[in-house]
Amino acid sequence: MLRMFLRRLFLGAVTVAIVSIIIFSGVEMLPGDACTAFLEREAKGKLLENCREAQGLNRPAVERYIDWAAGAVQGNLGVSANGQKSISELVGARLGNSLLLAACSLALGVPLAIFLGVVTGLWRDKPIDLTLSTMAIFAMTIPEFVSATVLILLFSVWLGWLPGIVLTPAHAPAAEFFPEILLPVLVLTMVMTAHILRMVRSSVIEVMAGDYVQMATLKGVPYWRIVFRHALPNALLPAINVVALTIAWLLGGVVVIEVVFNYPGLGRMMIDSISDRDLPVVQAIALIVATVYVGVNLSADLLTMIANPRLRTLHMRRK
Amino acid sequence: MSVASVPNENTRLARFLSVLRDVMARPSGAVGLTLVMAHLLLAIISPLIVPYDYKAMNSAMMLTGPEAAHWLGTDHLGRDVFTRVLLGGREALLVTGIATPIAVTWGGFVGIFFGLVGGRIDEVMMRVVDAFLSLPWILKMLVLIVTFGTGIEVLIPTLAFFYGIPVIRIARAATHDVVARDFVSAARARGHRRITIIRRELLPNVLDTLMVEGAMRWSWMLLAFSSLSFLGFGVSPPTPDWGLMIADARGFMSFAPWGVLGPVIALSSLIIGINLTADALAKALGIDRAQKAPV
Repeated sequence: MLRMFLRRLFLGAVTVAIVSIIIFSGVEMLPGDACTAFLEREAKGKLLENCREAQGLNRPAVERYIDWAAGAVQGNLGVSANGQKSISELVGARLGNSLLLAACSLALGVPLAIFLGVVTGLWRDKPIDLTLSTMAIFAMTIPEFVSATVLILLFSVWLGWLPGIVLTPAHAPAAEFFPEILLPVLVLTMVMTAHILRMVRSSVIEVMAGDYVQMATLKGVPYWRIVFRHALPNALLPAINVVALTIAWLLGGVVVIEVVFNYPGLGRMMIDSISDRDLPVVQAIALIVATVYVGVNLSADLLTMIANPRLRTLHMRRK
Repeated sequence: MSVASVPNENTRLARFLSVLRDVMARPSGAVGLTLVMAHLLLAIISPLIVPYDYKAMNSAMMLTGPEAAHWLGTDHLGRDVFTRVLLGGREALLVTGIATPIAVTWGGFVGIFFGLVGGRIDEVMMRVVDAFLSLPWILKMLVLIVTFGTGIEVLIPTLAFFYGIPVIRIARAATHDVVARDFVSAARARGHRRITIIRRELLPNVLDTLMVEGAMRWSWMLLAFSSLSFLGFGVSPPTPDWGLMIADARGFMSFAPWGVLGPVIALSSLIIGINLTADALAKALGIDRAQKAPV
């Protein structure tokens, strides 16, 4: 069990290391460097020299990579291309805002998704399942900016219930984002509910068809006792992994939603820094998002192992 | 039991027809395939049937509502929205239509190859794939697009490259299911070269998975493409594109919602159509997609 843990941990660390190499060499391979990108047409002569000096771009790539990686491990992500602000500071506030958005969506979406997933799974092919499953396909497949636009049209323009755009500045305390945050939360909740619902549904169907559920039924165990005591603990286990993927997606992939609602999170900062060609910031955000992705998936795997007695004994026996 | 040799043309055609019939027999497949076919047909013939020139501006008729002359009204430059909705999918279908087969082909071959080879190199390769997948798609693509420009000649290879990477994983997993079977061992014992084993033993067995994967990749690619257009990194104006049209019309949504609704319905129906088709195809081929999480 412990060996399994350590092995997973090691593989996760290897993946993050590979990501950092990909990010660094990817940016290296692009034509130009942080300074030519930042200075654009003025990138010549003294100005370029000074910038390269400030960013330390005159040193060999391997040396710079080691510096960068070592700094990142200690939480120091360097300075932005104009050399003035610490990236850790810049990113910190945005990461906080993204976490707020993610936390609200998760708090709303996960219980809802699991409840609806169980309902659709238990009443498979009944009207309620067909309705909800079809709605889930719609919510999942329609591009986020489309569903966001439709919801703004509906709730903000036509009904006037919720503000359709976030005007709160990036550094404002969390409480000030209400009620502006509600519409983006609603869109994100819709998408993630659809994904988790489908997963839970198929898992419930699979478990309810299992031998031990049939055995319990034949034994005369009441239906709801079967569902809650026998089936659900097993059926909900795979949900851990989907929720993990959702968290990773919420913290790195909701760029479009943040742009649509003007939400000052990590995603919009990513777009802005790419448009401004602020490569050190792009590198930093990429590394953070990738680390979150690996970390969250790793935690989900470990959590599944702890929660599932079968996996536990399996690994112990093998050892 | 399984198809170990390459089937000849006739059985291939027969299988294709039977799968097609199975897909059409399912409600999701019938609706989905009809939507997709209608979109493809419209994309081909729309330049011949549009009522107006998509570039023609008319300052006297800006943001007018739906009427007999302009079924979906006009946009902020006085261009006919219906015309632009009809034409708005061509660029997206062209780019993704070329990029999807490339992505599935290269990802499929690499995945099958490493699935067959196995061992340490396979292990390392999978870590690299994981590393690529842990980066948000939009970041990877935007960095290339901002550096090299937004033309088709940049978008197609970029999409084809990045959307091939998850295919590696799928193809490898599907290969692992096959590679331990007797007919592969037999082919190895006969001394066939790797390329022969891949072509004659593995590919026919992995092809079904790749087909379904291709359909899913196509819809994700369309999503990515229209999102890029929406953000201003895809199609450049005045070429009509749904993502771009929605972005443009969003500002006038409060008093001219028709500008948004047309492209919204067009884009959604195409992507839903592809997804429904993929769903029915997966069921018809007996591949369960429900367990797979989104990437």
